[in-house]
Amino acid sequence: MPTASRKQGTRTRLGESAAAESAKGWAASHARCLLESLGRLSRRWIASALTILVIGIALALPSGLFVVVKNMDRLAGQWHQSVQISVYLDNDLPTEDGRQLADDLLGDERVASTRFISAAQGLDEFKKASGFGAALDALGDNPLPGVIQVTPRASLAPAAVGELVAALGQRDTVAKASLDQAWLRRLTAILDLLSRGSWVIGLLLSAAVVFIVGNTIRLDIENRRQEIEVMKLLGASDAFIRRPFLYSGLWYGLLGAFVALLVLGICRLALGGSLATLVSSYDGALAIRGLGGRGVLWLIVAGLGLGWLGCVITVNRELAAIEPR
Amino acid sequence: MDIVTFDNVVKRYAGGKLALDRVSLSLARGEMAFLTGHSGAGKSTLMKLIGLIERPTRGRVVINGTDLARVSRRQVPRYRQRVGLIFQNYNLLFDRTVFDNVALPLVIRGQVHRDITRRVRAALDTVGLLSHEKKFPITLSGGEQQRVGIARAVVARPHLLLADEPTGNLDPELSADIMRLFTRLNETGTSIMIATHDIDLVQAMRYRRITLDHGHLEQA
Repeated sequence: MPTASRKQGTRTRLGESAAAESAKGWAASHARCLLESLGRLSRRWIASALTILVIGIALALPSGLFVVVKNMDRLAGQWHQSVQISVYLDNDLPTEDGRQLADDLLGDERVASTRFISAAQGLDEFKKASGFGAALDALGDNPLPGVIQVTPRASLAPAAVGELVAALGQRDTVAKASLDQAWLRRLTAILDLLSRGSWVIGLLLSAAVVFIVGNTIRLDIENRRQEIEVMKLLGASDAFIRRPFLYSGLWYGLLGAFVALLVLGICRLALGGSLATLVSSYDGALAIRGLGGRGVLWLIVAGLGLGWLGCVITVNRELAAIEPR
Repeated sequence: MDIVTFDNVVKRYAGGKLALDRVSLSLARGEMAFLTGHSGAGKSTLMKLIGLIERPTRGRVVINGTDLARVSRRQVPRYRQRVGLIFQNYNLLFDRTVFDNVALPLVIRGQVHRDITRRVRAALDTVGLLSHEKKFPITLSGGEQQRVGIARAVVARPHLLLADEPTGNLDPELSADIMRLFTRLNETGTSIMIATHDIDLVQAMRYRRITLDHGHLEQA
């Protein structure tokens, strides 16, 4: 009995060491493929570089659009914050009551600040701005109402701003409350369209990347037909033959993603001058943001994923067609 | 037990050509035999059936106890790893060194680096090309290339070596060299089947001849 159990123990240990050995061989095979496929890419570097460049540009386009939309969104957000509501008071409301109302409105938690412009002040400002001073003097009576300029709190959503405008307009002494927001709504709609567009373009160009990688791998397989036949004759499994091609696909994707980052960087440099001018016109309140660490990571993951996918959908079909004769 | 057994094997190609007609033969373990016959007699077809490159239309092929009809498509690679194939055109890969060519069967089996180096050197030593391990096949002569092919076939210690016209592209002197190499490999216990139409060479050697004529086995 003890002999038997010892024997069994030995067998298990042997089995384990064989498994460890084969795992080692498997890992070594993957490491070899990883480097070998890179070496193969570099040996035909002009063709590889062209493929990688095309992949890079295809990845850079949607990424660039994404960056633009992201920045415009932030810009639109800042413009939302600078929104002001003009509250036109009844013409016959005494100036004192108007001033009182402006103070009262501050009590509303949605309101950040108010500025009361009396009818006389309004007329003065208008005279200065329009140059119709003499003509207005001829009117004799001041036709302008008192106005309170209300700045909503920055954190207020556009819908809530709309509600505030409506509430202000319904007050007894208010003739009308208006918010010139149509252009901002249009801008938001355009940004929404751009954002959706960047997804559509991204999807289309992702498909393009998949096909580019697939086609490149297909040509690669065609060029190495004899080698693949020999390997099959020597007993190579499909997985073994597929492996270097899958790694090529991953390399194409990864290097393509790096090219895309480079393209985005170059675009930023090229557009930097005019951007700086634009930014300075906003008193530096507007800082242009790039992809960001997360965006870079996503771009690399997308490159790897698309490269791998392009390879997988090609390689199985192509390899099955090659059998030694 | 025989290492190769053909039992009433018929192979008819898709076009209708009858390549092998009710062939029954066997190769004993450790035996070396020549497969001869004019071109088109069915030598290559017989080799392809053993290498599972083709499947028989009828009949049974048993290699080392394995009925090849039971080897599924997925199992073919594993089966081929146990048979050493040698080709008329050598089938070397020209983008890698002699060492890497010979190492290929071991790499395919996923062996660790240390073992690969040791066994590749041993195989190259057997064929007398140890000093050429870093060269590329293109720089070698035809005879040397075929010796690389043989080293690659034996490196994984297959129990059966199959050579299809191994001297077909070589002059008589180099051919004799290659045949001597097969003799030595056979003396170490490897079963070998060599298809050739080089009758002179075969007659000079004392091994069994299996002759095919239009797909029929010719009784000696």
